[in-house]
Amino acid sequence: MADVQAARGRHLPGDIAVWFFIFAELAVFAILFIGYGVARSMDPATFSAGKAALHPWTGLVNTIGLITASYLVALSVHRLRDRKTGTAALLWAAIAASSIYTFGKLYEYADLYANGYNLGTDTFFMFYFFLTFFHFMHVVLGQIILVVLAVKVKKGDYNGDDMNGMESGASYWHMVDLVWLVLFPMLYVLA
Amino acid sequence: MKYESQRVAMPYFIFALILFAGQIVFGLILGLQYVVGDFLFPEIPFNVARMVHTNLLIVWLLFGFMGATYYMVPEEAQTELHSPLLAWILFWVFAVAGTLTILGYLFVDYATLAEVTMNKLLPTMGREFLEQPTITKIGIAVVVVAFLFNIAMTALKGRKTVVNIVLITGLVGLAVLWLFSFYNPSNLATDKYFWWFVVHLWVEGVWELIMGAILAYVLIKLTGVDREVIEKWLYVIIAMALITGIIGTGHHFFWIGPPEYWLWLGSVFSALEPLPFFMMVVFAFNMINRRRRNHPNKAAMLWAMGTTVMAFLGAGVWGFLHTLAPVNFYTHGSQITAAHGHMAFYGAYVMIVLTIISYAVPIMRGRPYGNSNTAQIVEMWGFWLMTISMVFITLFLTGAGVLQVWLQRIPESGEAMSFMAGQDQIALFYWMRFVAGAFFMAGLVVYLGSFFIKGQASPAEEVRGPATEDA
Repeated sequence: MADVQAARGRHLPGDIAVWFFIFAELAVFAILFIGYGVARSMDPATFSAGKAALHPWTGLVNTIGLITASYLVALSVHRLRDRKTGTAALLWAAIAASSIYTFGKLYEYADLYANGYNLGTDTFFMFYFFLTFFHFMHVVLGQIILVVLAVKVKKGDYNGDDMNGMESGASYWHMVDLVWLVLFPMLYVLA
Repeated sequence: MKYESQRVAMPYFIFALILFAGQIVFGLILGLQYVVGDFLFPEIPFNVARMVHTNLLIVWLLFGFMGATYYMVPEEAQTELHSPLLAWILFWVFAVAGTLTILGYLFVDYATLAEVTMNKLLPTMGREFLEQPTITKIGIAVVVVAFLFNIAMTALKGRKTVVNIVLITGLVGLAVLWLFSFYNPSNLATDKYFWWFVVHLWVEGVWELIMGAILAYVLIKLTGVDREVIEKWLYVIIAMALITGIIGTGHHFFWIGPPEYWLWLGSVFSALEPLPFFMMVVFAFNMINRRRRNHPNKAAMLWAMGTTVMAFLGAGVWGFLHTLAPVNFYTHGSQITAAHGHMAFYGAYVMIVLTIISYAVPIMRGRPYGNSNTAQIVEMWGFWLMTISMVFITLFLTGAGVLQVWLQRIPESGEAMSFMAGQDQIALFYWMRFVAGAFFMAGLVVYLGSFFIKGQASPAEEVRGPATEDA
């Protein structure tokens, strides 16, 4: 088994095509972040006022949900590689953990909307709603990918020999998680 | 050609090229009218010539896409076309309706055309690019639905390939978005808003899927690279095209009334629209470098490489030039837009249709490895003449646009030059554009001439590596 690990060496986890996709996605978010920075420097007062209307605690709980999910996904990749059981169960647990985020976010949206905030309120809320909803859609896509992985692992389609599918899905998930780790402080703390 | 029914693509390609020639004739008329205002007036006024120029473009590209689909889908699905008869009927319906519409533009004044076609019952006429009488619009919808039925029945009974799935997804998107051409709200802001659902989401959305699928198909055939590799690229490219293109629609919403957030969303997402085009360049050149065979149809290979480069320059770079809201504030609706429009349409859609024609037509004419060397050389002369002319058309229009913005848009109120005074200042650029347009026409004549050159067809290919099942 150690030989197999060594033979793999420092390879790129997952498929090169997925990495192209990840970099393109990160480029989209990066440009949005830069746009956010520029807009904030032009009108700091609106951004501080907007931040005050958010729920930092819900944001924190969401963050913990996503990080936990990422940890569980990473564990499941190792389990599959080491041909241990429980890979699918870990993936389902990751989906459950990430659902803390999805429900938390929906609660936040409902609450803000009820208080009269929406995409057109001001520049801060335009960025807040667009960035987080765009990210939310990525989380949902990531969850769908995790479900596919869990089902495939359960069916025995994946095993430790060919890690391509599993690593590709996990890499995408980590990208989604990484983006949130920038979004959370940017919107809830630093604004 | 593996299936007899693929041959139905031929009339579509021929008719597409005839309309292409018509489009260029009207392009030249327009180019001259820019500088000789009353040329052909009152027989062919500028607005009519422009309508014919743009409508011919759209209709011939649709013929080209349909021809490409009839050629590709049976071979990909490994089965005969569901109904070649239906394809022939639709060809004649579409060709007759299209011709009548263009003749209507030319021989009847637009108001009368609206009246005789009973536009009043469902008013949809009078909007740029969507000038077709309502009855023609309905005709297009019916033809496309019947066409999709024929294609879907073919694809469903055979092998399912990524190329077919992407192509058909693009075509279904084309059909669905066309429905917005029937929605004509009286509020000018909402009218424009939904107008872009057809115009933008066609050319910067679903048409990119069609282009990607045709490019992937031709590359599979020409290079012999494994289908799996090409399919993977295709997936990534179309994902990027949709992610950037759909929200990128916002770059049309800057100044027409929708909420302010479109300034940000439109700028950011459309700034990334060059990415899928750039990936197509990398994709095409990469696959050709990794080719496992040297296909003797060099002309088709040239078109395939050319379309990616020109699409990247025209749609990607020239689009990016004026897509950011702070820039577009000054440039919108100037000749910079015209520069971008010309090179983008030529690079992305004209050239991809000419790519599949270059690959498929020799095969349908019994030359499986391409035309004779002489014919290919003449075709490649056509390629270079048209492509270089288009580069110059774009550069001259860009020059005209920059000067126009400088004189007419940048100066503070009161000092800015009026529209017509500005036009006089940039007339030299229009003359140069007209000359470049004449060279384009010459290139088109050379290109069309290449179809009539006989001679020995290319011999059996020199296969470098093992031939694949596909190529």
